[in-house]
Amino acid sequence: MTATLDPGATATVPPAAPQRRAPRAKPVAGVRAPMWFVIPAVLLYALVVLVPNVQGIAFSFTDWDGFTSSPSFVGLENYKSVFADDNALRAITNTFILTVVVAIGQNLVGLLLALGLNTQVKSKYILRLVFFLPVVLTPIVTGYLWKYLLTPNGTLNQLLGAMGLEGLQQDWLGNPDLVLYSICATIIWQGAGYSMVIYLAGLQAVPAEMLEAAALDGAGAVRRTWSVTMPLINGAIVVNLLLCVLGNLKQFDTVFAMTGGGPAGASETMATIVYKTAFLYLQYPNALAQGVLLTIVVGVLGFAQYRMTTRKALT
Amino acid sequence: MNRYTRSTLLIEVALIIAAVIFMIPMVVLISVALRDPNASTELLGFTWPLKFENIATAWTESAMGASIINSLVITSVSVALVIVIASMAAYTITRRTQRWSRGVFYLFLIGFLFPGQLAMIPLYIMFSQLGLVGNPITVILISVGGHMPFTIFLYSAFLRDLPRDYEEAASLDGARPLRSFWSVVFPLVRPVTGTVGILTALGVWNDFLNPLLYLTGGGSRTAPLSVYTFVGEYSANWPLVFSALITSVIPILVAYVLMQRFILRGFASGLKG
Repeated sequence: MTATLDPGATATVPPAAPQRRAPRAKPVAGVRAPMWFVIPAVLLYALVVLVPNVQGIAFSFTDWDGFTSSPSFVGLENYKSVFADDNALRAITNTFILTVVVAIGQNLVGLLLALGLNTQVKSKYILRLVFFLPVVLTPIVTGYLWKYLLTPNGTLNQLLGAMGLEGLQQDWLGNPDLVLYSICATIIWQGAGYSMVIYLAGLQAVPAEMLEAAALDGAGAVRRTWSVTMPLINGAIVVNLLLCVLGNLKQFDTVFAMTGGGPAGASETMATIVYKTAFLYLQYPNALAQGVLLTIVVGVLGFAQYRMTTRKALT
Repeated sequence: MNRYTRSTLLIEVALIIAAVIFMIPMVVLISVALRDPNASTELLGFTWPLKFENIATAWTESAMGASIINSLVITSVSVALVIVIASMAAYTITRRTQRWSRGVFYLFLIGFLFPGQLAMIPLYIMFSQLGLVGNPITVILISVGGHMPFTIFLYSAFLRDLPRDYEEAASLDGARPLRSFWSVVFPLVRPVTGTVGILTALGVWNDFLNPLLYLTGGGSRTAPLSVYTFVGEYSANWPLVFSALITSVIPILVAYVLMQRFILRGFASGLKG
């Protein structure tokens, strides 16, 4: 089974080392890549990514409502009202909690599964497919499915009841203190296979001789994993964390399907409040300010992690 | 260490238990979808006889067939455009040595840092002024443009390590740049094209926010959007809702079963960068 992951995996994308280096090679006579090859990509990218983001930043300092042609400058007013809005503040906190819980949970589950599957177990091929299946499911479908599992009469409470654990039954999505963690569990279920596959690819690079040498020196399984394997899959860990953090800071679909941000805003995230502020409450200026804040958070964390990735993946 | 020992057996048992727990939601999805809508909701497992007519009812009531066709069209057009546009751009970016090509590369990298929520409002205003709200073209344009950074990043990483000998040979034989790109370079970057195709296809198919903004209420709903609309109408009827969920993911599940190796490899390799 290693054959399915390994050769393609390593051949498809070379190690991260040369990727950050800007293109630099000796000019060769005869081959000239035409400049117009980049034009469609640049135009489209500018149209739907660069221009609207720059517009969004610029308009977040105005009272632009989407229709007036001459919005007036209001300075930081929109940002002040975001920080005066308890719902928005809670959404920011929720987003951070959700991101941290999912990043830790999903990586822990994914790593354990990968370590288990990287042994001589006979059913590894089919198990890998089972654990990966949720990854390809549409997130809003997953959201509705888990909404049912977690309703007061849903599957989880029924299972707990059947096992005689009535005391643990909860209103998983109706309890404001629990709802965010219930959503985290859903996202972890969906994403664990994703982390697992990346860890499996990383584990292929761990030489068996090193583990055997450690075993001969008397290191137990836990010690071998911690002291030999973990440092060698550092790159996979950082890539996984980067994906989790970037993906979940803008978490929208699962929350929208499961709770719509409720009850009473207890599971609102930054992405859901931007959507609601803009398209339900039609307060474009506030939504833009929220969007800028989200962009700053994603940008700063993403950039910091990107630097870490490229440095650590070298080793 | 390469033998099947007792601890390997323990790991195997633990993994199988984990897999069974992992699959509980999928079993519930199927069992509820095939349940008699009038049966008590307290039941845990399957109810007999299975109600396959729920699937048929949900399929008709949600007009899922048309939505799946819309999703297929939007997804395949987007994937084709992403592959063509990004591979050509990455080719010139990596083969040109001037400073601007490095600048263009970093311009695309910046795209990783925009979460999309900020651009959403100006984009929506722009497309509504152009009268394109409700038109699937908007979703295609946004998907293709949004996938540029990641795709160009992947293609560039691969192209940078690809020897130029083949292009040079083609060019010596008199092939013009476009010809030598399509006939020589493009076939060589096929591993990346596979990864890009799989990741883009799943990303576009599963996208919910853009169809929600641009295709709600129109005649060209995507499968996830139809699920959302259907849940809004039948929220109390879980068997029908679950039947609609199942019909909406059938194409993904079929693709997953048929192309499991490629899909897993695509996810593992595309993300190594």
